[in-house]
Amino acid sequence: MFPEVDSGRPVRPARHPGIPVPRRSRWSQAQRAWRAHWQLYLLVIVPLAYFVIFKYIPMAFNVIAFKDYSPVLGPWDSPWVGLRNFEQLFNNPVFATLLKNTFILAFYLVLASFPIPILLAIGLNEISNGWFKRTVQMVTYAPYFISTVVVVSMTILLLSPQVGLVSKGLGQVGVGPMNLLAEPDFFRHIYVWTDVWQTAGYSAVIYLAALAGIDPALHEAAKIDGAGRLQRIWNVDLPGIMPTAVIMLILGVGNMMAIGFEKAYLLQNNLNLAQSEIIPTYVYKTGLVNADFSMATAVGLFNSVINLCLLLAVNFAAKRVTGNGLWR
Amino acid sequence: MSTTRIREPFRDRLSLIVIRIMLAVVLGLVLLPLVYIVASSFSSPAAVNAGRVSFWPVEFSLDAYRAALSNSEVLRGYYNSLIYAVAGTAISVSLTVAIAYPLSRKSFYGRNVVMTLLIFTMLFSGGLIPTYMVVHDLGMLNTRWALLIPGAIGVWQVIIARTFFANSIPDELYEAAALDGASDLRVLRSVVLPLSKPLLAVLALMYTIYQWNTYFDALVYLKDPDLFPLQIVLRNILILNTPRTGAIDLAESMRQQQLANVLRYALIVISSLPVLIIYPFVARYFTKGVMVGAVKG
Repeated sequence: MFPEVDSGRPVRPARHPGIPVPRRSRWSQAQRAWRAHWQLYLLVIVPLAYFVIFKYIPMAFNVIAFKDYSPVLGPWDSPWVGLRNFEQLFNNPVFATLLKNTFILAFYLVLASFPIPILLAIGLNEISNGWFKRTVQMVTYAPYFISTVVVVSMTILLLSPQVGLVSKGLGQVGVGPMNLLAEPDFFRHIYVWTDVWQTAGYSAVIYLAALAGIDPALHEAAKIDGAGRLQRIWNVDLPGIMPTAVIMLILGVGNMMAIGFEKAYLLQNNLNLAQSEIIPTYVYKTGLVNADFSMATAVGLFNSVINLCLLLAVNFAAKRVTGNGLWR
Repeated sequence: MSTTRIREPFRDRLSLIVIRIMLAVVLGLVLLPLVYIVASSFSSPAAVNAGRVSFWPVEFSLDAYRAALSNSEVLRGYYNSLIYAVAGTAISVSLTVAIAYPLSRKSFYGRNVVMTLLIFTMLFSGGLIPTYMVVHDLGMLNTRWALLIPGAIGVWQVIIARTFFANSIPDELYEAAALDGASDLRVLRSVVLPLSKPLLAVLALMYTIYQWNTYFDALVYLKDPDLFPLQIVLRNILILNTPRTGAIDLAESMRQQQLANVLRYALIVISSLPVLIIYPFVARYFTKGVMVGAVKG
């Protein structure tokens, strides 16, 4: 009765019956899809234009990293300078500090923010459902919704040497008033632990879902074999959430070099600059404050390339070790 | 047949107690800073400046809130942020659905190419300056569009939406609709969107919270104080601590200084309030959204 239906696309009768129909080429497949579903292609025009204009054209504009950019001539007609910007960058004594600061901060952040949500999720998974569990979950999740500006403001208020809660606490144990934000050595700790404070509950949700997906029979069997709670956590729960953990780690490392400009810039002051100046904040200052577009783009490009390499390397390693990666 | 319940051994009960204690400590560590801020915001300026407030208001007073709500910059920032949040969310959700729906359809030839194009932007970004140049060339600098358009679509959100459509709308529905002669747009309007209300809620929330909380785009693209969103106003008052006293005598300027200080606590509460009020009601949906995205598609 009805024409054969292939996922919503009615098959047209062959134009010349009797002549064998050749295997459809890619081009004719595309044409057929276009004819039957032109509305879908219509829908994606605007979003695709968005990606081209705001993501791919900027990628092309990275050519100015190899040019002496002049706003009058534009990115295409500015004169080429080869690798001069990069040479200048690598010879700049600031560069080593910048790279070191960025790497240490990023590594520290990944190291600290990877295990804590896992521990939190395992803890929450062990206790029985009730008001305590709900409260802990609700409260630890909430800081994720607070803005960076507010988190940094809270940090400044809490650490304020005169009235801040932390200084008061330190005063109790006999440490004199000190302005932690003015100490370069404390910048990384402040950055990383406020980040953990803000995101641990949110990240734990993902692990809780993974834990919920573990077959209860495994726990039963382990119990019957006499495994204690810690042994079950170690031998059942941890292997169960391993694939999720690997993906989270890859994503974490992949975003490593993209660490928040937002927070570092807000926490910066002239006193802690020795450790708080990282590549993204340097790009902002060089490019938009000092208007050296070519140099800033060179630094940014360098950062993006490192980031991409890291992501690919971690993905490769994770695939080798555990069989899980972002791509099959 | 009698079932015997295996009694938990002593060490297991002990480890449970340890776990509970540790969770209680975590709870305290997350909660106390928030309590301190709220308590300070309801205390008198003098008490806050003397450092007498810890976790309960001292000399209860609403001076901080009165000062915050009579600050014209704050009110304008609030108003601007509301505009950005509403308009930005509308734009973002529409565009996200517009690309995620075709990507979820098997009959959309070329969807793998498009998906790869999108994912690649997650791995490699054009960078700050080149993006700034595009926004500049489009004439968006120092206009409201600069906050609404350049960050309009999140690839993560596209993945969430695509996964939701692909998993929750069976192919049979598309086939049935095609047999009834419904076009793809009609199917989107009359079948897919009505079935995707939870997804739309999640997307709207994610984009609203992003718009409400972000300050970076405004810092880079806006110069005109009349366009500043709340977060930039907050940064100027809370972090840069812009001097704003015109008092003549010492006592008055002392008082104003104290007020300016306590005002910061109230501002933190006021600016985070909208998000934290809706949070308990939407946390569940938000969690679901995170889950959907976590499924490899």
